[in-house]
Formats: sequence, structure tokens, C-alpha cells
Amino acid sequence: MDLFNNLIFGFSVALSWQNLLYCLIGVTVGTLIGVLPGIGPLGTIAILMPITYGVSPVGALIMLAGIYYGAQYGGSTTAILVNLPGETSAVVTCIDGYQMARQGRAGPALAIAALGSFFAGTVGTLLIALFGPPLAEIALKFGSPEYFSLMLMALVAAAVLAQGDMLKSLAMVVIGLLLGIVGSDVNTGIQRFSFGITELSDGIGFIVVAVGVFAIGEIIANLGDKDERRVVMDKVTNLFPSKEDLKRCIGPILRGTGIGSFFGVLPGTGPAIASFASYMVEKKLAADPSRFGRGAIEGVAGPEAANNADAQCKFIPMLTLGLPASGVMALMLGALTIQGIQPGPEVMTLRPDLFWGLIASMWIGNLMLVVLNLPMIGLWVKLLRVPYRLLFPAIMAFSAIGIYSVNNSSFEIYLTALFGIFGFVCMKLGFPPAPMLLGYVLGPMMEENLRRSMLMSGGDASVFFTRPISVAFIIATVLILIVMVAPAVRERRREIAD
Amino acid sequence: MKLTLANNKDVWAGLMLIAIGAGAIFVARNYPFGTALRMGPGFFPVVLGGLLIVFGLAVLAIGLRKGESMTGSWSLRALIILPLSLILFGLLMEYAGFVPAMLVLIVGSATASTEFRFLEVLLFAAGLTALSVAVFVWALGLPYPLIVGLD
Repeated sequence: MDLFNNLIFGFSVALSWQNLLYCLIGVTVGTLIGVLPGIGPLGTIAILMPITYGVSPVGALIMLAGIYYGAQYGGSTTAILVNLPGETSAVVTCIDGYQMARQGRAGPALAIAALGSFFAGTVGTLLIALFGPPLAEIALKFGSPEYFSLMLMALVAAAVLAQGDMLKSLAMVVIGLLLGIVGSDVNTGIQRFSFGITELSDGIGFIVVAVGVFAIGEIIANLGDKDERRVVMDKVTNLFPSKEDLKRCIGPILRGTGIGSFFGVLPGTGPAIASFASYMVEKKLAADPSRFGRGAIEGVAGPEAANNADAQCKFIPMLTLGLPASGVMALMLGALTIQGIQPGPEVMTLRPDLFWGLIASMWIGNLMLVVLNLPMIGLWVKLLRVPYRLLFPAIMAFSAIGIYSVNNSSFEIYLTALFGIFGFVCMKLGFPPAPMLLGYVLGPMMEENLRRSMLMSGGDASVFFTRPISVAFIIATVLILIVMVAPAVRERRREIAD
Repeated sequence: MKLTLANNKDVWAGLMLIAIGAGAIFVARNYPFGTALRMGPGFFPVVLGGLLIVFGLAVLAIGLRKGESMTGSWSLRALIILPLSLILFGLLMEYAGFVPAMLVLIVGSATASTEFRFLEVLLFAAGLTALSVAVFVWALGLPYPLIVGLD
């Protein structure tokens, strides 16, 4: 029984007291920075990386991984309580989680987010152990055309899902793709859209765009609308979900876990896509889809499970192929290299302690997070009592420190101010900001895969339609568009008829 | 509110998209476009810029046909003060140090609220700055001088 032995071995590594301590430090720091808006796991992991030089490779990875998934627990807390996603993955949680908080149901929302994440984490651990190696082989078969089609599908789905005008959402994706171009072109080294500014030659930082649009833009909008979108200040009672809530959430959590695991093994798709996909599935399956966006607990449970499953499975391509599937994974690879370990397929056989120890630690870490988060929900709820006139300057301060700490660059602070104004204007004109962020993250990879595909096929665009997996993604994209456009067409017809 | 061209949300939205799209194409005009086989660095930006113009025209057309008026205020006070405090933070981080930068950012941005109370904000800013110094500079070891020239 290979699986059983491997897991036992993994736990024996993860349960040593040093590794337990690293795990605890990781998830605690992760929760903290997840709750604090403006400092993401990316910045924190980068800052803390020097500390791990003296730690064993397993311990270092366990701690850094703990920050990563701990931040997702914490990030959903701020998403629910103050409508501020710490990361793209929490954007979806904002939609219904914040509405639940406004209705005085912040408690159940937080609890279901933690429980859903824990369940997904448990299943994710088992899945990695069971299917890790074979799944990695499937992902290995993907060529550039498959990746391009997959990203196209992901972006269209995300745009279509966003609340409001579909056309404007798609436009925001395109603006995001354009933002992703800024910096030097990987193939030719030509500077694009950098206007001779040195700081722009590496592109615009993810945190700059995210904090600018989501934190600063949102605060400006909040201060303009006197009584709307303020932090919920009602007393939050009944912290735990009712039986009815739990029953509603079983399906979404199971499906979210499945969706998250699937997207997790595909490099290039972030946890945001998994949670968006899960949200869309739940909305489609719901008996009454109109509840979504107005505080449907399924809209919290599914995406939260999905992004946690995704976060866990993201380690598969990183550990088995040496392929960073996200910015955080790129940092993890960096940490490995610093430790003198060559990332790649050999890691699993050469350093089984690393692979299985890390997996086991993630389950332990998830358990720690539930214990850390559920009894401490009261503490997070206390954050709600802070009046907004004090909360928003604090958010400004943490955002500024977070951005400045990435590159110690004042320029990025100015850029954030600019994105704050842009984000506010977009909101005023009815553009949803989330699709832009997704386009921005996927842009460079999409262009790279497009160019590689065309090179591969000798300049023939039919390559996207002749490869079976690629054409499946394309068909799915078209189907999504048709399904979403159809109701709009019907409505317009009715309008004309009236 | 009566719908005029000046407060028509979709007209402005469409114009913004067209402007960004046209701007992108204009800036990218000198990047090699390449061929279908070997796409140059100009291909992606130009195609995206074109797409944006198409979207912009569609949104503009919708706006001209029916359109919606903009709602809510433009919160000019916050729109000016918040970016300005960030810029001050950036400048002070370079020339004055962490403590003055934090104090100015917190007090400055707090004035964007109509509920601004000077004494309360001052105390809050002092507390938050002290906490940030403890967490970020001392505990996490971010290499920022607290006050430039005072070490």
C-alpha cells in the first residue's frame, strides 16, 4: 500500500516538533497578513524568505506554504467583513460573503468559509497523495495551444460571471491584458508601454494594481456615498451556521473541492479562476439563482473550498515539474533553489521527505487554521466595531507599507494612487474591477502561449481547433458566451415588443 | 436626474474604452508587428487595442440609444486627498523617514472623511505608527530609517 506508507512517512516528517512549530508560525503569520489588507502572501513570503536560509529545506517550505494558505483563510475574513479581498482568490467571497455580513450573518459566513476550506484541504491532501503523479502527467501533455485556449475560457468565464454589464466586463479583461504587457517583452527584450521609466521595465506589480483598485478606489467610493457600503457595524450574533446552512453547503463544498483540485493542477490558472468557476457552477445549479449576490451561503462555501483545494494542488506542478503556477509558487521555487535543491521531476524521488512532508504539513496546518480561526472569530468580529473614519486611514497605512516593502520603491506608491483614481472612475462608469485583475495576471502567459502556438504550427491558427483538448476549451468558451448572451437577447426582444 | 450627454454613464464609458484602445495602438505603433508565424511584440497590444475600440464603440452606441445617468457623488474631497496623501507618503519615505511618512499618511487621509476629528485622529495615528514601527521595522526587520538623520 504505497499511498498509506507515503502518507505515514509524510506525517512522521511533519510531526517533528520543529516542523510543527514552523507550520504554526507560518499559518499564524499567514492569517495575520491575510486579515491585514494591503500585505499579501507574496510580499510577506518575499520579506520572510531570508529568515528561512538557516532552516532545513522541509521546514522552510512548510513555513512558507503555511503563510500562503493561511493568508487565504485570513483573506476571506476581510473579504466577508470589510469587502476587501486580500487576494484575487477572495474576490468571489466578497460577492456573497459581504452581503451576508451586511445582513448580520458574518458569523455563519466566516464559519462556513473556514469549514469549507478545511474540508477541501483534507480532500486536497488525499488527492495529491493519490493522483499527484498521474495528474501531473496529464498536465504535462498540455502544449501551448491548450494553455492558450484554457486561459481564453477562464477569462471569458470570469468576465461573464462578473456582476453587471458583460460587455464592460470583457472590456475590463482586455484592459487587464494590456496592463500585463507593460515591461520588457520576453522574446525580444523590447520595452513596451514603459515610457522610458526604469521602474516599469519589470512590469506593474500585481499588488500595485490590486491595492490601487480594490483598496484605494473602494475607499474613495465609500467616502463619496454617505450611507452605502460602509463596514457592517451591527452586533453579530449567532456565529455558527444553522443546520439549514450546513445542508445547503454540502453540495457546494464537494463540488468546489472538485473544481479547485482540477484547476489546481493546471499551471497558469490562479485560485481566482477556481473560485470563479465554482461560483458560476453554484449559481447555475441553484434553484433560485437570484439569491446569489445577495448573501447566498453557497456562494461562500463553494468558492472557499475551491480556492483552498486549488492552493493545495498548485504544489503539484511546482514539486513535480518545477513549474511555477503562480507568483507565490515562483517564490517557493526560489526558496528551494536557495536551499540547494534543483526543482523538477526528480524532487519526488530524490527528496520524498520534502514532497510527502509538505503534503502532510498542509493537512496539519489546515487543522491549526480552523482551531486558530473559529474560536478567534470573535476577535475578527471586534474589528467591525472600529468606526470607518478610523478604519480607512489604517487600511491606507497598511496598504502603503505593503506596497513600499515589495521593492522599497516610492514610484509604486505613486502608481497605486493612480490606480486608485482609475479604479474609482471605473466603478463610477459601471466597470467591474475584478476581471481586469484576472486579465492582468494571465496576460503575459496568454501572449507567450499564443506566440509559441503560432510558431509551433507554422503560423496556422487552426492549431487551436485541431487539437482535441484545445478545441474542447474553445467550444466551452463559445458555450459560456451563448448561455450568458441568450437571456440578454431575450430581454431586449421583450423590450422591443413592449 | 435628467439624462444629458454630460452625465450619460455609457457614453463616457465608451469614450474611455476608445481612448485607452487608441492610446495603446498609438504607443505600440513602433513595436514590430511580426507575422502570424513569428508574432512581434506589437501584435498583442495592437489586437487588444483594436478590441477595446470595438467594445468602446458598442458601449457608446448603447449609451446614445438609451443610456443611464451616473448616480452618487464624485466624492471630490476623497478623490483628491487620498492619492495626495499616498504621494506625500512616498516622498516622505525617501526624504524624511518611516515615522513622519506614516503620521502624514494617516492624518492626511483621515481628513478625507467628513467625520474627521483632529484629536482622535492624532492619537490614533500615533498609536498606529508605534504599532507599525514595532511590527514592520523591529519585528519583520524592514530596513527603513525611522526619522532620516536621527539614528
